[in-house]
Amino acid sequence: MAKIFTYITFKNGVPDDSALELVNAAKQIAPDASPTAVVVGSGIDALCKEVAASYAEVWKVDNEAFAYPNAEVIRNVLSSILPQECILLVPHDTFGMDLSPGLSIKMDTVFMPDTVGFGGLEGSMLKCIRQEYGGAVSTHVSCDITKGAILNIRPGAFQPDESKAAAGQVVDKSAEAGDLSTKRVYLETVAAEVGDVDITKEDVLVSIGRGIEDEDNIEIAEDLAKAMGAVVSCSRPIVDAKWLEKSRQVGTSGQTVKPKVYLACGISGSFQHLGGLKGNPFVVAINKNPKAPIFQVADVGIEADILDFLPELTEAIENL
Amino acid sequence: MEILVCVKRVPDTAENEIEVNKDGTGIETDDLVYSVNEWDNYAVEEAIQIRDKVGGSVTIVSVGDEESEEVVRREMAMGADNGLLLTDDAFEGSDGKGTATLLKAVVEKGNYDLILTGAQADDGAGQVGGMLATMLDMPYASLVNAIEMLDDKKLKIGREIEGGNQEMSEIELPCVLSIQTGINEPRYVGIRGIRKVASIEIPVYGAGDLGLSADAIGAAGAGVKRLDYFVPELGEGAEMLEGSTEEIVEKLIELLKAKGGIK
Ligand SMILES: Cc1cc2nc3c(=O)[nH]c(=O)nc-3n(C[C@H](O)[C@H](O)[C@H](O)COP(=O)(O)OP(=O)(O)OC[C@H]3O[C@@H](n4cnc5c(N)ncnc54)[C@H](O)[C@@H]3O)c2cc1C
Repeated sequence: MAKIFTYITFKNGVPDDSALELVNAAKQIAPDASPTAVVVGSGIDALCKEVAASYAEVWKVDNEAFAYPNAEVIRNVLSSILPQECILLVPHDTFGMDLSPGLSIKMDTVFMPDTVGFGGLEGSMLKCIRQEYGGAVSTHVSCDITKGAILNIRPGAFQPDESKAAAGQVVDKSAEAGDLSTKRVYLETVAAEVGDVDITKEDVLVSIGRGIEDEDNIEIAEDLAKAMGAVVSCSRPIVDAKWLEKSRQVGTSGQTVKPKVYLACGISGSFQHLGGLKGNPFVVAINKNPKAPIFQVADVGIEADILDFLPELTEAIENL
Repeated sequence: MEILVCVKRVPDTAENEIEVNKDGTGIETDDLVYSVNEWDNYAVEEAIQIRDKVGGSVTIVSVGDEESEEVVRREMAMGADNGLLLTDDAFEGSDGKGTATLLKAVVEKGNYDLILTGAQADDGAGQVGGMLATMLDMPYASLVNAIEMLDDKKLKIGREIEGGNQEMSEIELPCVLSIQTGINEPRYVGIRGIRKVASIEIPVYGAGDLGLSADAIGAAGAGVKRLDYFVPELGEGAEMLEGSTEEIVEKLIELLKAKGGIK
């Protein structure tokens, strides 16, 4: 079988959680897999050593040009160093979304986006599990890995391999990095704006999604939050519509919150939204669609129209 | 600036309960309401704003069945200049690479400086733009949430990355960008707007018009194939509170009190 590689993303010298999750993803493709980790960056010796605790082999590609991970450049690097027919696992985050589709064309292999599980390998046919329509349904998708594959793996979908017993070797591949020229030049990172309230510090969040339907209805959620002593947060469409500030958005491209109690009101439960909900809070979902994916992750569910239900709840709490 | 925007007709998840059909081959399509993919609306709006600033034209293209003409027309009603529809039975079953191959053929028929797609569509793949860029040997950026023209050869762009931070870059034209929601506020299109563009002819291209061989596209060319649809059983799921609204409210308040949800 084709050799399996994993791409390690990191921040401030610390590997992302996906580094350990990809070990287990590889093992679900082939139980005896011993994947090789690829780390591309600048001044990454300590980082590679840390990764080598979990991988038998780590390929280091070290160059000042990689001080910031520019997918346009790294795509060239990977197609230079990787063997033609290999399986590469990449976290399906904003870097992996940028990198992988083009890489699959460059390396002339198949691409599987946002993989959440595997359903077995038969011959050269790998069965993958994906979700569609914002998580409402799942699909089995097959791909022929004869010529290798680029598989983007959803962060959090696989358990991390915490064993750290690999005591692996670091192999320096920096000299093989190839062409570093690029038509897309990184300038700077602009930090997200800080808002009027810090939802990351709140114990109780009344969170609203597209189900709130109209800007004027936000008051309904604010009234409830006031009665509960909570704060209003939201899903992305509410911010896109400019109804609430970006600092109120929960999710991978918003804030990571760790409340004790989370009321998801008219939120479908996409993985990008749930990716910002940490610390195992008590989740109450209120949604008019009994099949909404949020009900699979919530502790308590209520099938109701939030525009009717929330005012009732507010009133009852006020009368306590 | 000649701009091509790729759009897709999709079931509207805000309007429908998406369910797996009886034999698991797809989703239940009876009574489905379709609309343009949410992300694509932002891409079209951005294209129109750029054209209004610097001149040029905006062309909408969609790969899909004949019904996709309605979304091409809707997006044209926002203010685009031209529309194209790529439809052919031979396209059915195309994977991301197949769709990108079709779009590449269209790009090569024109002379575009900028190609926009939505960041992702109903299948959550987010793959066509990046594949297309590499096929065309153009630079690419995904999840773009800001575009500023620097000169006629270069753009300054922002990509939305984790935590809502923004990664700023300079990118050379021609290029392919996938657009993230929130980059602008897409204009409203009313019935009247759609009526205005009702008589504009939208050319339709099939495999032959694009000079593509059947084995590069459709199910025959697909390395990635959907086998079935299903609803996963994830743990226990939520405990659903039942009863009258009053009873539910009462139960919920007890639970919230116990969990520290009411201060
Ligand atoms: C790269 C990337 C990053 C992203 N980052 C984030 C992020 O950080 N945070 C985030 O939230 N999203 C993010 N998204 C978007 C995400 O994919 C979903 O589109 C989004 O979370 C959907 O928000 P929603 O649940 O409010 O809306 P929808 O999915 O439209 O769901 C609305 C829900 O409300 C219900 N409803 C409607 N009306 C009512 C009513 N009257 N009463 C009760 N229920 C009702 C419906 O049944 C439905 O379940 C990101 C997407 C991408 C591609």
